[in-house]
Amino acid sequence: MRVPRSWLSEFVDLPESDSELRDILDDLGLVVEAVDQVGAGLEQVVVARVEEIHAIPGADRIRRVVIDAGDGPVEVVCGAWNFAVGQHVPFAPVGTVLPGGLAINRRVMRGVTSNGILCSPQELEIGDDHGGLLILDDRGVDQVGQPVGEALGLAPDVVYTLSVEGNRPDAWSIYGVARDLAARLGRPVRAPGLAAPDGGPATADVAHAVVDAPALCARLTVSVLDHVVIGPSPAWVVRRLERAGMRAISNVVDASNYVMLELGQPTHPYDLERVAGATLQVRAALPGETLTTLDGVRRDLARPGRGLGDTGIDCVITDGDDQVIGLAGIMGGASTEITESTTRVLVEAACFDAMSIARSSKRHGLRTEASTRFERGVDPELALRAVARLVEVLRASIPGLVWCSDPLDVRGEVTPPARVELRSGDVERALGAPIEEAEVRQGLEALGFAVAAGAGGGLVVSAPSSRPDVREGAAGRADVIEEIARLHGYRRLPRRTPTWAAPGGLSDRQRLRRRLRTAVVDLGVTEVWTPSLVSERQFARTHAQARPVRVTNPLASDSVILRPTLVSGIAEVFARNRERGLVDLRLGELGVVFAHPGDVAEPRRSRGGVGGSAQLELPTETERLTVLLGHHDDDATTAVALWVTLAGLFGLEESDFRLRTRADVAATHPTRTAEVVTRGGDAVVGVVGELDPDLVLEIKGAPGRIGLLDLDISVLESVLAARPDRVAQVPSRFPSALIDLAFTVPLAVPAGDVADALRTTSVLVESVRLFDVYRGAGVPADTRSLAFAVRLSAPDHTLEDAEVAALRQQLIDAAAAGGARLR
Amino acid sequence: MTDWDQELGHVESAALDALAAADSLETIDAAAAESVGKRSALAVMQRSLRDVDPDERRRRGALLQASRTRIEEAVASRRSELVGAHRRAQLASDALDLGDVITGARPWALTAGHGGLIPAVQAELEDVFVAMGFTVAEGPEVETDWYNFEALNIPPAHPARGLWDTFYVELGDPETIVLRTHTSPTQVHLMEQAVAAGTLPIHSVMPGRCYRRDTPDARHLAVFHQVEGLVVDENISFADLAGVIATFTRAFFGPDIRSRLRPGYFPFTEPSAEFEITCTICRGAGCRTCSQTGWIELGGCGMMDPAVFDAVGIDAERWSGFAFGFGIDRCAQMRAGIADLRALTENDVRFLEQF
Repeated sequence: MRVPRSWLSEFVDLPESDSELRDILDDLGLVVEAVDQVGAGLEQVVVARVEEIHAIPGADRIRRVVIDAGDGPVEVVCGAWNFAVGQHVPFAPVGTVLPGGLAINRRVMRGVTSNGILCSPQELEIGDDHGGLLILDDRGVDQVGQPVGEALGLAPDVVYTLSVEGNRPDAWSIYGVARDLAARLGRPVRAPGLAAPDGGPATADVAHAVVDAPALCARLTVSVLDHVVIGPSPAWVVRRLERAGMRAISNVVDASNYVMLELGQPTHPYDLERVAGATLQVRAALPGETLTTLDGVRRDLARPGRGLGDTGIDCVITDGDDQVIGLAGIMGGASTEITESTTRVLVEAACFDAMSIARSSKRHGLRTEASTRFERGVDPELALRAVARLVEVLRASIPGLVWCSDPLDVRGEVTPPARVELRSGDVERALGAPIEEAEVRQGLEALGFAVAAGAGGGLVVSAPSSRPDVREGAAGRADVIEEIARLHGYRRLPRRTPTWAAPGGLSDRQRLRRRLRTAVVDLGVTEVWTPSLVSERQFARTHAQARPVRVTNPLASDSVILRPTLVSGIAEVFARNRERGLVDLRLGELGVVFAHPGDVAEPRRSRGGVGGSAQLELPTETERLTVLLGHHDDDATTAVALWVTLAGLFGLEESDFRLRTRADVAATHPTRTAEVVTRGGDAVVGVVGELDPDLVLEIKGAPGRIGLLDLDISVLESVLAARPDRVAQVPSRFPSALIDLAFTVPLAVPAGDVADALRTTSVLVESVRLFDVYRGAGVPADTRSLAFAVRLSAPDHTLEDAEVAALRQQLIDAAAAGGARLR
Repeated sequence: MTDWDQELGHVESAALDALAAADSLETIDAAAAESVGKRSALAVMQRSLRDVDPDERRRRGALLQASRTRIEEAVASRRSELVGAHRRAQLASDALDLGDVITGARPWALTAGHGGLIPAVQAELEDVFVAMGFTVAEGPEVETDWYNFEALNIPPAHPARGLWDTFYVELGDPETIVLRTHTSPTQVHLMEQAVAAGTLPIHSVMPGRCYRRDTPDARHLAVFHQVEGLVVDENISFADLAGVIATFTRAFFGPDIRSRLRPGYFPFTEPSAEFEITCTICRGAGCRTCSQTGWIELGGCGMMDPAVFDAVGIDAERWSGFAFGFGIDRCAQMRAGIADLRALTENDVRFLEQF
């Protein structure tokens, strides 16, 4: 909200210094987002009369203009066409610096010397219009030589842009800001000048007001203004509207906007002759009804939108023929608009239900100055006061205006303002320090609260009608305490660092995640951060068979589906870096992937729906660590080495897991990928192998192969948690015997099975390690040669040759049982 | 059937035979060029139409087009068979039994990796709060409207929803499931769980990824990270909130950085506050970053609103509490002097290797 200092100072005496005022506004929670100096820099621009206009030979966009600014004829070159000889326009002579910082120099164009420029409203920063010169005669200015700023009453001003929070409907106006400042400064707030209804026929004889939907409209007032002459607003009204960010239109519309900005009450003027039966009626729209709003858009009414719990109720204004003429509190219809020939005006000043305005505004995608005020809550007692102010402002341009007596005033269901009990000690309990009762009373009363003594030394605080945000009960207590704290100043409240008995700490999962991350990075992987949303194409590329979890309203086509894997995101980062000529990439990410509830055996369920009354199925979220290994000679074997090393860091042994070849893991190489499963085969910890060669091909300049490791963190966590507590094993002090055994093993038999068979042959087997794999000449097809180094030892003696020989035979027999034949 | 029709029949069946006979990606390309290419018999017949009368031209044209379509379909289907066969052959020759990998023998290039900046800053923030006695909790990124909004005292269509531009998920009824717009829904889960298990009080921080439907710029990302704090205990006041913020600020940003609170609005806290810290660029002297005020806004906070306690079943007469939240990315931005946050998602390794 834009607040000109000059307007604000009409209602309260302000601190001299702008920085002090800014500081106070900030501390009141009326955050100053910007401070603009306006109206300065116009001292050198003067009123000039146009004496002569001449074409310049060979130029069709500019003309030579002779003006008189009080010191005789001066020649300038001008590109505007909207003025005539005899009119008065602003003239900035050479040497002037315009408000925007533009310095005016003497220029020669097509042989004509320009001794300054004639200015548009935009150049003077008093409007957005840059289509032509500012014609001063339109503003009643014709005194040649007078500084334009002075002539237009443009005293330098400061405009504060305030951000007013959603729970401060009372501060959404110039007067409201002044009231807050007055309360903080302990100064009085001045009331605006108000007119009174002054004769003419009784309003009821001319117009009618009906509220058919009392739940949607707490109050409807209808006033009749007679002897209206539509014309421009006085300069001071235009200036204030423009400084507050609104455009001047005509005196009646301007007065309506002026009052909305000043007091916070939106009003709507109708041309009385164009409203059937001069009747304004409030009701809910019926299905099938339509309305063409002032912006020219035809709107279907009473049609439920997508919003949760949206029933499609639209509160509308209808005329005496029951035709819809306005979307209540949001925008009027085109058919009853004020025109240049309007002489009688119906003014609607009402209070509509905040929630219903909010829903309609959202459903129709129509946010207006009026709707933003109504949806926060407008003071139901403000309506006629606002009309009184509107009439007062309008009289400046229409002295003969008549406000018909006894305006119509129909009440719907008005929520009474909250009454809150503040018990003794409540304020201290909430804020950590007591605040003097006198200060509490004074501050709240200045904001319009009524404060009375309550039981047991407490207070009973009644909110004013301007504070619909204040609730009943415990919540209302919090609302009132916020007001007390706000006026006292948050910065003056005490601080205390609390302590409690329970220790802080990380969970097992959080510690695991940190260790994994550190380990992977220490082993040479660089951590990336890829977006959680991927494109349709990316999804289809890796998960064509899965159901996508789509976002209904994506921002961009590359961010539509919640990622089912981290692989495609990292691959994309890989490709981007490769394109930049960066090589030897090893990239990883630890993050969440998503699965559609329809693709999961037991979908996640959570409380949802209106009021949290339903159980909804949600996507399953799984945390994964995914690494792509792209050094020039990395491949699936590198990925296996990384896995074994990582597992080792967590105290897991190679023999605790099996690598089970899988051809159907999304995005992976079908013949060079395996699942990492626990030895019992009951848990899949992840996948190790290579990126699908087709995906590798899509990466320009990629190495031939890219190794891939993709672990499920929660499975890894449970595997680690299920480990029995270790009992320390002391190695035998007697020397071990080492024997090597080479077997011919069918391709279908995993090396891990053979190793297991060897390992479990006898308690004297200390370790088994695969050290050579051979395929080719000398080994039958469909088999390969696997050579194991077996370490044997006994805890209490050195093994005899005979024992070793017997064990060797046992090992060979055990392997043979699994299909391995000694070479 | 005219001679012309017969000729077309021969041309088509010859083309289909040639395609069926193609047995590699190279031969299929050659066969395709011969059947439908510019120099194909089909093209020659097409060109000869010029000399025929209009009605007949139309008839023959339609037949030619139908024939061409059939041949092109045959090309596509044969090509995809061959591509599949090629891939199968390649995969077969590529096959590797990962169980046979001798990991000890695998050479491993020794290089330094680099941890992500955001996880590092997140860990540091967690450590500061853990040292102050907080536990660290986490929650899901896809939430129902209830957890993300309604339980936090933001009913449907509440104007305050405008504060959070929301991504909706295409599941169930429209706008019932969202990508969480803040970490606050995790608060609600924590409180519900603590009430159900009878384990109040709560002293937790909740870091995590959040989503807002907002075009990314130098200071905002649509996918970003936040950390939320929640204390629910007996005798907790606004003074405790201000104290925790002050202690955290000094611990994380350094002893010369101060914090202050000013009134703000969040539907789930009352009184609410925005918290500001000394500008880390000018150390409070006033500069462009802080609009000459010496202070920059970091996050929001406030005392738990009784309406939220109501929604989760906490007795507001016995318990009170506060919550606070701020951006992890923003902290990282200040820490590392990153002018434009989008550099983080760019993932250029030359950027990543600095951390």
